[in-house]
Amino acid sequence: MAQHQVNYASTAGLPIALTSVDKLVNWGRSNSLWPLTYGLACCAIEMMASGASRYDFDRMGTIFRASPRQADVMILAGTLSKKHAEFARRLYDQMSEPKWVISMGSCANTGGMFNTYSIVQGVDRIVPVDIYLPGCAPRPETLQYALMMLQKKIRRESADMKKNQKQNLRLI
Amino acid sequence: MRKYTPKDNVQKKSYHTSRFWTAPRVSQESVEDGSHFADVVSAMGDLAKEAFVSLGQLVVCIDATKNKEVLTLLKDECGFVQCSELSAVDYLAQDGEFEIFYQLLNMSEASRMRVRCRIKEGEAIESVTPVYKSANFAEREMYDMFGIYVNNHPYLKRILMPEDWQGHPLLKTYPLQGDEFASWYEVDKIFGKEYRDIIGPENRDTSRIDQDDTKRFSRVGYEVPFGAEPTDTPTPIEYSETILVDYNKDSGKELSHRK
Repeated sequence: MAQHQVNYASTAGLPIALTSVDKLVNWGRSNSLWPLTYGLACCAIEMMASGASRYDFDRMGTIFRASPRQADVMILAGTLSKKHAEFARRLYDQMSEPKWVISMGSCANTGGMFNTYSIVQGVDRIVPVDIYLPGCAPRPETLQYALMMLQKKIRRESADMKKNQKQNLRLI
Repeated sequence: MRKYTPKDNVQKKSYHTSRFWTAPRVSQESVEDGSHFADVVSAMGDLAKEAFVSLGQLVVCIDATKNKEVLTLLKDECGFVQCSELSAVDYLAQDGEFEIFYQLLNMSEASRMRVRCRIKEGEAIESVTPVYKSANFAEREMYDMFGIYVNNHPYLKRILMPEDWQGHPLLKTYPLQGDEFASWYEVDKIFGKEYRDIIGPENRDTSRIDQDDTKRFSRVGYEVPFGAEPTDTPTPIEYSETILVDYNKDSGKELSHRK
């Protein structure tokens, strides 16, 4: 008969791993970043390529979710028009805490080449941005790198989101 | 940076003129007798105020009040079954008028024609949606972009800009980078006017460098920690002994001041 029971007393003590709550929570948060499926313009094509099999976001635990309620990260991929800004902000508000934002591409960062009346000049005017990702459009490797930088950032943060000082509109 | 030139009144006076370039003019030929276009012009009769052929297309100027009548005639009797485009041109600074054009296509003759008419500023035009279904969205866009009202349109509403937008962007007087309303639109809508001060005005100069902003810029030689007050005392030159070991300290090539 196989012995399923482990005799801890005879195997040098209980299996205990020591860690801090911050590390444990951030390990979970950073390794299962679920972005919102939300493409605005041509950067969305690169975002889709990142999610597809060649670049394979899933191996980082990054699975695109179709609902803001289930998402942790908002990747603002592309040109945000002023007409659409309120909906982008609404989707951001619908995401549950903790949540992060990646601003992907020149248009999302600064308005890019669309220096016109109808384009939001940088999405940080409406949502707090954690990672600014330059490029027009950034390649999938770049988005992966941005996501890894975000993971790094999350691992440095406190598990208690109130302690994390966000530089801009987090509290609005 | 490129020298700034005022662009307030670009329609009256061009802000850039080349010495050698002249704007190309499209030639206007008279309608040949016996051609398909001649039949169209004769079918229109008195409704056509002026008719000529330009780049192989018939151009007919009409009275703006008769637009629906003319287009009905062209569709039913001359075979122009499709209205491929309809819009306006802003000639307000020159003449105080809009030019409205209808671009028509005859499938059986494989020919195109343009019907032009002019309306004064503030006048409305009759909708041609009962004649051409495609005019529905095009007239909405014309209203959105120029503020030209269309009488008897089934659903005259802005089509591209948000419904609560102020101003009509394709007017020549509308600034390309937006007026005050446009620059605060998303802030006012999402957060409210009281957040204008917190969020601040739009930065439309992407090459702007602010050396007092130590959160986003680092002044070489005067580096300070992130977010600290900028300083005018130069930071001393430091060599990292662990990374860059100077094996030849007597060489006299050590950098003592910044170049």
